[in-house]
Amino acid sequence: MAATVTDQEKQAVVDFLKGKSAAKSKFYFNDFLPLFPDKKPREVKKILTALVDDQTMEYWSSGSTTMYGLKGAGKQSHAEGED
Amino acid sequence: MAKHATPMLDELESGPWPSFVSDIKQEAANRAANPKKLDYQIQQDCLEDLLGLVELSYKEKETHWKHGGIVGVFGYGGGVIGRYCDQPEMFPGVAAFHTMRVAQPSGKYYDTKFLRTLCDIWDLRGSGMTNMHGSTGDIVLLGTQTPQLEEIFWQLTHEMKNDLGGSGSNLRTPAACLGMSRCEYACYNTQDMCYQLTMDYQDELHRPAFPYKFKFKFDGCPNGCVCAMARSDFAVIGTWKDDIKIDNEKVKAYVAGAIKPNAGAHAGRDWGKFDIEKEVIARCPSKCMKWDGSKLSIKTSECVRCMHCINTMPQALHIGDERGASILVGAKAPVVDGAQMGSVLIPFISCEAPYDDIKEVIEKIWDWWMEEGKNRERVGETMKRLSFQKLLEATETEAQACQVKNPRTNPFIFFKESEVPGGWSRDLAAFRQRHQR
Repeated sequence: MAATVTDQEKQAVVDFLKGKSAAKSKFYFNDFLPLFPDKKPREVKKILTALVDDQTMEYWSSGSTTMYGLKGAGKQSHAEGED
Repeated sequence: MAKHATPMLDELESGPWPSFVSDIKQEAANRAANPKKLDYQIQQDCLEDLLGLVELSYKEKETHWKHGGIVGVFGYGGGVIGRYCDQPEMFPGVAAFHTMRVAQPSGKYYDTKFLRTLCDIWDLRGSGMTNMHGSTGDIVLLGTQTPQLEEIFWQLTHEMKNDLGGSGSNLRTPAACLGMSRCEYACYNTQDMCYQLTMDYQDELHRPAFPYKFKFKFDGCPNGCVCAMARSDFAVIGTWKDDIKIDNEKVKAYVAGAIKPNAGAHAGRDWGKFDIEKEVIARCPSKCMKWDGSKLSIKTSECVRCMHCINTMPQALHIGDERGASILVGAKAPVVDGAQMGSVLIPFISCEAPYDDIKEVIEKIWDWWMEEGKNRERVGETMKRLSFQKLLEATETEAQACQVKNPRTNPFIFFKESEVPGGWSRDLAAFRQRHQR
């Protein structure tokens, strides 16, 4: 699955997250869809999954909702000693 | 003596009902005694700290749990819910106290080996406290720390051949009734469908990409033992097309009192002689039944498969032979717009393995919801916001009368060009031959 994801696609996600890092550290899945207007959500999911698999990104979950962020980003990661 | 005084929690033990406080105290005492001489991998007194933390919350009327967390096992976006307390110095045993959701066996069939192994893992690596089961049906293991997660996951998968359940914006752990394993009313093999779809949709279960949670539930008949119609975004409910099978000799036996109605249930008090008119005919919601004193008849075209007559006289009546399921979409608990029951999308669908017909509907709904759904919006809310008609279009389903909840109040219908023969273009010359200026 990850083989179909290109480095450019991964970089687009990382650039987006870094560009927003001053304001937010966690994003909904839907926030990534505009980055790839020609791709269906399931294809975008493959890009995000590849970034989680190579530990560039990580999931954050409230239990009911899941968000994505750069690994180690945000206050919570440091405060809880999980980084 | 208890580590923390808990006078408010202690009051919760005084009522006639079972108390979670008593249960936690019992397990706290067991951990303190440690009869199995376990090398506990998280604090031995974590449950004492839990009681102290809950007492503080009762006193201050504020929660001391933080919101969510980033923990999980590698590659999974669900199954672990990070729980951290905001008073870690006061209650170090629950500074981190994560929840793990474990997929329940289909139909919740356990053997004692499974339960003992699970409890052994959790006594060693967790708090020992469980919730059997969570609302979605999972086995819920309450309270462990981050370094234990991968260890527990390895044991669950390798020793118990089990898996974590769903949480977050994932497909949640699917749930099925006992189905054909125990029940003569099962119209399809609920456990097989539940297992097959769980295996086929592993990616959706473990890697979140939906706007919000999504639940499958599989009821073998309209009795709805897993309440699919009320509790799942996608409910598959067994039904049949042909006539309810009637054995009129057995009906007479019920009327004569030779067979106990409801298979002997409700026997705790004397309800008087069985009255078929009052207890069956008059209770039929669509009034499709008739009893002439010697013969019971049912007008199948009016029957709504409520199951009441079959439940009341199970030896006399039986589900039909042309069996399948109805698909209902959009049930949910309150958050936005209040609670909602499922709406019929497909009134009858075949339920033959490998369930390609069902999967085709599911995937069309997901594709639509993933594109159109707002963040934290259940599919039932998307359906309500954009209209049921949009869901029909997305699933390429023909509109049918059974999908109509009530007559429309707006008499105007705006057709699409594709719905009108010939579209919007017309032969003006031919029109003028029929209509003068």
